[in-house]
Amino acid sequence: MNCDEASVLLHALIDGELDAGHAREVEAHIAACPNCAAQLREFTEFRKKLTPASLRYAAPTSLRSTIEGKLPAPRATVASRRSVIKGFAFGATASAIAASGVLVMVMRTDNDHLILGEVVSAHLRSLQAQHLTDVVSTDQHTVKPWFNGRLDVAPPVVDLTAQGFTLLGGRLDYVDAKPVAAIVYRRRVHIINLFCAPAQNLAKRSAVMETLNGFNVRRWSENGINLWAVSDINADELTEFGEKFEAALRQ
Amino acid sequence: MAGGAVDWSNSDKAERFKALALPHLDAVYTLARYLTRSGSDADDAVQECYLRAFRHFDSFRGGSVKPWLMAILRNACHDVYAGNARLVYTAESEDIGTKQANPIWREDSETPEQAMLRRQDSETMRRLIGELPAEFREAIVLREINDLSYRDIATVIEAPIGTVMSRLARARAMLRDAWIAEEGRSEPQ
Repeated sequence: MNCDEASVLLHALIDGELDAGHAREVEAHIAACPNCAAQLREFTEFRKKLTPASLRYAAPTSLRSTIEGKLPAPRATVASRRSVIKGFAFGATASAIAASGVLVMVMRTDNDHLILGEVVSAHLRSLQAQHLTDVVSTDQHTVKPWFNGRLDVAPPVVDLTAQGFTLLGGRLDYVDAKPVAAIVYRRRVHIINLFCAPAQNLAKRSAVMETLNGFNVRRWSENGINLWAVSDINADELTEFGEKFEAALRQ
Repeated sequence: MAGGAVDWSNSDKAERFKALALPHLDAVYTLARYLTRSGSDADDAVQECYLRAFRHFDSFRGGSVKPWLMAILRNACHDVYAGNARLVYTAESEDIGTKQANPIWREDSETPEQAMLRRQDSETMRRLIGELPAEFREAIVLREINDLSYRDIATVIEAPIGTVMSRLARARAMLRDAWIAEEGRSEPQ
């Protein structure tokens, strides 16, 4: 790799958009080239000034109501429970979350809510304690057997690198005081923890998207396993992750 | 067209559309502000975008809504302002200072001086992004502010991923150089 190529690819490296092979190539070049290493440092530093929160614009409320006014009004005057859940599931604005949060809490059983809190805490812990993985591998055939004998469930591990979600490895974690498998994926700079625990029965439960403290959680059940995907990526992308994961399992 | 009454028949569809598309309103508006560099033009473009998106909602085949909306917004900007120099370069003073003023009770360890500097920094950054040529400006906004993946950006700007990469690399270099030049200008004598 020459410096011209590296000068472009180092941005993809910063953005976490390179697959493992290309990332290694760029890193190897940078390790041997002080010039490109300086570039990488400079741009990493400069990007800290690009804080999205301060560069974003909020749409004026008048614009929002104009648009809503031009769309057909819902049949019922009061938002149906279904639409509240939908708004919730698709990462609605803060106010919508605040408004619908109460409803969702009421509808959810206490136990479900406790577990939601637990998986989000486990996700946060994994990021803060620098303890993301016990077994580091991008190979599903290394990660899956690692759990043998550590858990009474064989967690489904699939490699979704080709679909844009890089497998980083696996970890043993605890949810509800029981050991669970955490399979770790990366999407750009975002980490996705996929928690797997044995379910009470074999019933298939379709996916539900929930939000807690700004984290999206997609939970579903399949083949006697309860799964929770937790991440700070937006609900659309987490849905995409869940759908691709389910599709890959069925193959 | 935007502004005209549209014959909507299916209110369920509208509900579904709102649930999916309205959460992205701020992100769409942000891109519109940077592309048109004007509050009122951005309003028009975003309205047009949402009406078009709703009209074509039947052809939306799932996947991620955000890049789909960004692509429509971008076309709306281009169509509405085709041949209009305003899209390309209008310097307009912006009321950022008043909009972002912090309430005095804000809990923060920041000193007023630090807060002022930070506000000035983001004002400067907004202006410098606004001064980039359109194709680099949109790359920066889509990636750094609206947090789209390279693949999604490629879809929005209808270009290969390689183009996204080189444009973003170039855009960051231009923006960094502009920032350094700006710092040089504002150094105390």
